[in-house]
Amino acid sequence: MRETIRFLLSETDCSIAGLPPTMTVLEWLRTEARACGTKEGCAEGDCGACTVVLGEVIDGRLRYRAVNACILFIASLDGRQLLTVEHLRGPDGTLHPVQQALVEQHGSQCGFCTPGFVMSLFALYHAGGGADRQAVQEALAGNLCRCTGYRPIVDAALAACAGPPADRFAANAAAIAARLQALATGEPLGLTHASGKFLVPRSLEQLDGLTQTWPDAVLLAGGTDAALWVTKQYRALPEVIALDRVEGLDTVTEDDSLLRVGASATYEDALAALAWHWPEFARMVRRVGSRQIRNRGTIGGNVANASPIGDTPPALIALGATLVLRAAGERRRIAAEDFFLGYRKTALARGEYLEAIEVPLPAPGQLFAVYKVSKRLEQDISAVCGAFALTLDGGKVASVRIAFGGMAAVPKRAVQTELSLLGQLWTQDSVALAMEALDAELAPISDMRASAAYRKLVARNLLLRFQLETAPLSDAAVRLSEVAA
Amino acid sequence: MNVIAPITPDSEILHPRGLRVAGHSAAQDSARKQVAGEALYIDDMPEPRDLLHAYIRLSDHAHARIVKLDVSAAAASLGVAAVLTARDVPGVNDVGPAFPGDPIFADGLVEYAGQSVFAVAADSIALARQAAMRAVLEYEPLPPVLTIREALAQQFFVLPSQKMQRGDAAAALAAAPQRLQGRIVVGGQEHFYLEGQIAMAVPGEDHDIKVYSSTQHPTEVQHLVARALAVPDHAVICETRRMGGAFGGKESQASLYAAIAALLAAKTGRPVKLRLDRDDDMKLTGKRHDFEIEWDVGFDATGRITGIAFMLAGNCGMSPDLSGAINDRAMFHSDNAYYLDAVSIVSHRCKTHTVSNTAFRGFGGPQGMVGIEAVMDAIARHLKRDPLQVRRRNFYGKRDRNITPYHMTVEDNVIPEIVAELARTSEYAKRRQEIAAFNAGSPWVKRGLALTPVKFGISFTLTRMNQAGALLHVYTDGSVMLNHGGTEMGQGLFTKVAQVAAEEFGIDLDRVKITATTTEKVPNTSPTAASSGSDLNGKAAQAAARIIRERIAKVIAKQWGVAAGDIVFRDGELRCGPHAMRFSEAAKHTHAARVSLSSTGYYATPKIHYDTKLHQGRPFYYFAYGASVSEVEVDTLTGEYRLRRVDILHDAGASLNPALDLGQIEGGYVQGMGWLTTEELWWDAQGRLRTHAPSTYKIPAVGDVPQDFRVALWKRGRNRENAIYRSKAVGEPPLMHGISAFQALVDAVASCGEGVVQLDAPATPERVLMAIAARRGG
Ligand SMILES: Cc1cc2nc3c(=O)[nH]c(=O)nc-3n(C[C@H](O)[C@H](O)[C@H](O)COP(=O)(O)OP(=O)(O)OC[C@H]3O[C@@H](n4cnc5c(N)ncnc54)[C@H](O)[C@@H]3O)c2cc1C
Ligand code: FES
Ligand code: FES
Repeated sequence: MRETIRFLLSETDCSIAGLPPTMTVLEWLRTEARACGTKEGCAEGDCGACTVVLGEVIDGRLRYRAVNACILFIASLDGRQLLTVEHLRGPDGTLHPVQQALVEQHGSQCGFCTPGFVMSLFALYHAGGGADRQAVQEALAGNLCRCTGYRPIVDAALAACAGPPADRFAANAAAIAARLQALATGEPLGLTHASGKFLVPRSLEQLDGLTQTWPDAVLLAGGTDAALWVTKQYRALPEVIALDRVEGLDTVTEDDSLLRVGASATYEDALAALAWHWPEFARMVRRVGSRQIRNRGTIGGNVANASPIGDTPPALIALGATLVLRAAGERRRIAAEDFFLGYRKTALARGEYLEAIEVPLPAPGQLFAVYKVSKRLEQDISAVCGAFALTLDGGKVASVRIAFGGMAAVPKRAVQTELSLLGQLWTQDSVALAMEALDAELAPISDMRASAAYRKLVARNLLLRFQLETAPLSDAAVRLSEVAA
Repeated sequence: MNVIAPITPDSEILHPRGLRVAGHSAAQDSARKQVAGEALYIDDMPEPRDLLHAYIRLSDHAHARIVKLDVSAAAASLGVAAVLTARDVPGVNDVGPAFPGDPIFADGLVEYAGQSVFAVAADSIALARQAAMRAVLEYEPLPPVLTIREALAQQFFVLPSQKMQRGDAAAALAAAPQRLQGRIVVGGQEHFYLEGQIAMAVPGEDHDIKVYSSTQHPTEVQHLVARALAVPDHAVICETRRMGGAFGGKESQASLYAAIAALLAAKTGRPVKLRLDRDDDMKLTGKRHDFEIEWDVGFDATGRITGIAFMLAGNCGMSPDLSGAINDRAMFHSDNAYYLDAVSIVSHRCKTHTVSNTAFRGFGGPQGMVGIEAVMDAIARHLKRDPLQVRRRNFYGKRDRNITPYHMTVEDNVIPEIVAELARTSEYAKRRQEIAAFNAGSPWVKRGLALTPVKFGISFTLTRMNQAGALLHVYTDGSVMLNHGGTEMGQGLFTKVAQVAAEEFGIDLDRVKITATTTEKVPNTSPTAASSGSDLNGKAAQAAARIIRERIAKVIAKQWGVAAGDIVFRDGELRCGPHAMRFSEAAKHTHAARVSLSSTGYYATPKIHYDTKLHQGRPFYYFAYGASVSEVEVDTLTGEYRLRRVDILHDAGASLNPALDLGQIEGGYVQGMGWLTTEELWWDAQGRLRTHAPSTYKIPAVGDVPQDFRVALWKRGRNRENAIYRSKAVGEPPLMHGISAFQALVDAVASCGEGVVQLDAPATPERVLMAIAARRGG
């Protein structure tokens, strides 16, 4: 196995050896490379001050994605291009269009958030042009600014990211893609350091082998949960197997009956397919973390992490998804709701991993909604997340699946509530009864995100909202008009 | 290089006298460096050789006796150079800015969870942290006081209670035609400056120490570091180039980290850097004071207040810090823009076993204003009138009804004009009707609208702090170097003060350079706080520039045989009749004539005085005014809400820099709105803060800002007082425009039923939903 991390630092070939593989890119930049333009504001992926851009070849094309350097391990740089705020100025010192626009719009005050905004804007600039306010908001939701109130930054983004990319990076894209492809060939990466081992298999077969040899290794998909164990809890990860380079593990495919989301497909990878079949699901996924988080984080990781407040499990349970678990090349399938055994306990056996999530395509007439309720609209963890899937027959409930996050120690299917609705007319009266069942079967806790009383009230009301939206008596609005789509 | 926007029509209106550099929208001086990642913050500076990194071990308990502290295992750890406890402080183990009570290291007793107990310096931050965790630390827990309620019940105060009064409130209340009482709880706020607290101390000869500190108050850091080290102030230099945000959080509270870094540097003889990570920063440092406000108001049928009594209880945390002045300012702003005829304001400065709360943009003023705005709203709902009507009914008058509760006459009242203009431009009345119609047809989604005014007193209420110095050099090539006591935290102070110097000399802005603030160049400064930065330092710089300008004029006047007073400095030249000379030439000539091109400048705010015992006087030089209208939409099933539209009209006087002032107004609004909506601090039953990172503490993100955000400077704005070029301070006042967002939420909740609306701040979706549920239920 190759022992050196090879990547492009802007246009320079760069290699790293002998450092802890779980050193973050932010720490590497600031302490090893002494490139201090990239800032630390939180070290947990929540402020965006550390935003850098990764260049990757996807479907033969160079794609730029903004990510949080504070929760990205240096081993994950392998085979990629790393761009930071220092790289954007032209050789003659001229500012990049996004930088220039920020200056012109007075978009930086204290300036500490600015490098992160610059890099998020750079990624947006390369996203194809035509950015409207919605696109800008989505691109910047993961960047906090405490000084400006955002208006000038949004204006800068609208001014700079309107047209197709026309900077030197666009001109160079083919050459960079070729260099990255050259880096990608050869043996897989396997780093050994006193602090731990970091293995990067390239195929499912290699992954099967490694998960058997190292059954206790931490499987690292996007690392948007796992990296925080290092940066926040100062835990050592003695063995890590990265999933983000395994060929075929990140594919999103569909046949006549189901959508199959590979375990290492990122949220952004999966978004288009989700939006096609379940616009409501996609709408919620756009509120998972931020663009930076969704560029790395995976639905597979969200499921395997088994947090009671993970946002996709309720929807997956409601949609009747099946999880494909794999060990040593053998597969087994398990219903999503049976996967979560207890607080952060899953049905995964030692040496087993999640290979894919299979979601049955919507039956004709399927009504589906998932609602995420949090203190802040963007980049916040749910207080309650409720998912509802329903089919009606002659105005009566023919089938219904309801699941909640934030209401129990696991993502929880509300079986009694479903039973109370089954066969009933889909009316507010039936819902009123079902609300009582819901109250009886879910016992949430109080914490800094919400009180138990609020969670219970919201859970009830989400059921009501679902009814109001799917069987409207009038055209009165049932949700906020400006909640970002 | 600075980008100067073309002269806008606005600036012509604002500056009839035709200022050429000041008054224009120059970009913040560091903008180009910031967007390129080239602006250096302390953690970005090249690290000196042998640099050590420090880590502070925090207390686990809110209130406990330390029964055992054995740091030997920490000291023996890999890479450790020094461990310091309370016993190892050679001087005073306290960084209390005004009163003692803020130990550098806890000495036998901890009074909040997160308090500094001891510190370790090691070769890396990871080694320092690991070592610190190896020390043996045992506590005997004591019962903590955690809330304002408990503190009030036990009369547990950090400072004596105060009373401000005018007229006989009790009698007026007894005689009032109508009377209401109420109570509002207002949460605190984390500063969440993006750059956490940081200091780097570099030891020199003779026990000298140079401290690079991210502080709003270099002089205080210098002084407290010297006191901790038991050396004279002249042995310590404090330097601050820029902060990555501060908002008051680095006024008094930067000293602790500077002191610990300096103590470790002195002990080891090596440079030491101390940077808090986000979680430690949020646990260790004070926040905006949370308040409980009780009010009792009498009024007539038109809603005009005839008598009012306030009880303000501020949670100061475990020590006084700046709480005296902060609670005073809450009292000073309990009137906001309203004349209170018979008024009594009682202020309790509660002690709790939580972090010591501190300065935060507005400095207590916002809390005071939230109280009176709640009163206005309650009166209006009681009388079933539009809240704006009641507000207007109570505005200060121009010739009468113009005395504040602290007996200062309001001489510059422009609130009726500003509110009239804003009500018109925001189409308040029309939208009020539209919203009523919308709500009538919308059972689940409700809208709310509110217009609130702001009147904010400008000056440090501690009179002696209202002074500033500057040091200005003109070099013989005509370039200018300027220093002043103010610090740059993103507000654009350096740019504004440079604009003043350039204006005075009639030269381009890029000929003036402002270098890092340092106690070496301008001594004995006040903090950059109380919105006073450009008022004070602008005037001091102007004074210095004028001294040198006169010297130059005198030398050249002699050459030309004209009167010095007739020489005009303009467009990089000196001119008089047929004579003209480049400014740089003139500088050379002045030097050749052996006349100094260097001067200090000094300014002290006139007119102000205050009796802190009687709570009477003129604490403020002038007032800043403004008003805002917010419209919200509330989901009554979940309590979630969005801002639909915000209009702000703000009086920055004759603005020194419209673009930068706009930035302060927009940023201030959003920060104030965050304070009153999603920013919730949450402590567990043991008194430990559980919202100590952005994952749990939610400041506004881009999507929380309304798409329809219309902010304007008031074109007729002009400071009646002789402030720098008739501008007005703009740092803090706009924060309080955020109150209109809160009141709009109250308005939306009110539309869900009958009776009083009890909504406390922050109005999280949870509080909003519960307030709606209470209304619908009863
Ligand atoms: C700033 C921020 C915001 C966030 N916001 C949200 C949010 O709004 N909603 C939300 O639900 N979550 C949120 N998260 C959490 C996190 O982003 C998601 O849970 C994400 O989906 C995790 O995916 P990942 O690929 O990064 O997982 P990783 O961190 O790589 O892994 C998570 C866990 O799953 C295991 N794992 C991963 N893949 C597999 C596999 N194929 N087989 C077996 N085990 C596996 C890992 O070993 C680890 O235990 C947020 C996180 C951050 C840092
Ligand atoms: S430092 Fe805050 S997101 Fe990385
Ligand atoms: S400019 Fe200060 S945080 Fe954005």
